[in-house]
Amino acid sequence: MSDLSIESISENYFDVLKELGNIGAGNATTALASMLQSKVDMRVPQVRMLEFKDVGAILGGEEQEMVGVYLGVGGDISGSILFLVRREVATHLANKVMMGMGSGEFGEMEQSAFKEISNIITGAYLNALASMTGMMITPTVPDLTIDMAGAILSVPAVEFGIYGDNILLIQSQISDEIDIDGFFIMVPDMESYEKILKSLGILG
Amino acid sequence: MEIKVGMADMNVCSPPDTIITLGLGSCIGVVLWDPEKKVCGMVHVMLPDSTQITQNSNRAKFADTGIEDLLQKIIAKGAKKERVVAKIAGGAQMFSINTNSPSLRVGERNIEAVKKTLKRLGIRLVAEDTGENYGRTVLFHPDTGEYTIKAIGKEIKSI
Repeated sequence: MSDLSIESISENYFDVLKELGNIGAGNATTALASMLQSKVDMRVPQVRMLEFKDVGAILGGEEQEMVGVYLGVGGDISGSILFLVRREVATHLANKVMMGMGSGEFGEMEQSAFKEISNIITGAYLNALASMTGMMITPTVPDLTIDMAGAILSVPAVEFGIYGDNILLIQSQISDEIDIDGFFIMVPDMESYEKILKSLGILG
Repeated sequence: MEIKVGMADMNVCSPPDTIITLGLGSCIGVVLWDPEKKVCGMVHVMLPDSTQITQNSNRAKFADTGIEDLLQKIIAKGAKKERVVAKIAGGAQMFSINTNSPSLRVGERNIEAVKKTLKRLGIRLVAEDTGENYGRTVLFHPDTGEYTIKAIGKEIKSI
């Protein structure tokens, strides 16, 4: 087992995530705009390292109702990805993609549409990471849940918790008619962190 | 006052205050309570076993060390170990995807580890609301021993 802690690699990894955030969010915005067939604006994504106890606040409280889409990552690295938005944002996006066929709510059809949107967004980030590192990265089939922010975040928090007491996330802000705050959390396993940093020439 | 317990954190409480943790997922809210002295404590356990992890300085994060420390804390507040009982809630599996990631099953492993630790310490588990696939907000009233559980789209229940 590696003796790297998330704190010790975080400085390097933080920069990687910033770059990834920029490219990934750019790709995602383009993809989203063509899917929604409308203009979408993007602000510079924020990469944040938060202590567990502060994670809830950034999302609007631990009890904030959110939609989380979770998927595994395989190929040259392994790990998981969580994409998280507020429920009203997911409802808005899903219904917009369905072009009038949606119910205005967040039912089964809309959830399925939102999974597709999440696939495109997470795919944009994964492609960015793959082209930055030259690695092959493949996602698994995603699962979706609607629940309290704290409960959904416990999943990546546990994975980070094995290495330290912080969580790293990319907050991307996109807006069409409404502000779309999306939170993107990627947790590579420890060996994959090293592979990513090595492939970028950061670790020897 | 409502005393808040964050992720991988613990606190103690006596009436008229109550103690709360928000949005438990795979984590477990373990309450230890002395029904006579009315003093209680809550720990928000994230992971089952501190001995499996090198970064284990935050003892509240783990079932084994967290519950041990919490017991000492409420004893320091006047609880008698012989009278202390436990109520637990949480340990959900939030997602089910086809992966070999052991962290998805961590809820289940947390439940097991909490029960094992309680047994080792000789503390009786009197109520639980664990497992399933949804998040919980939990609030404990040390005056009555009522453990209230809130979940999205479900009725509030007490154990």
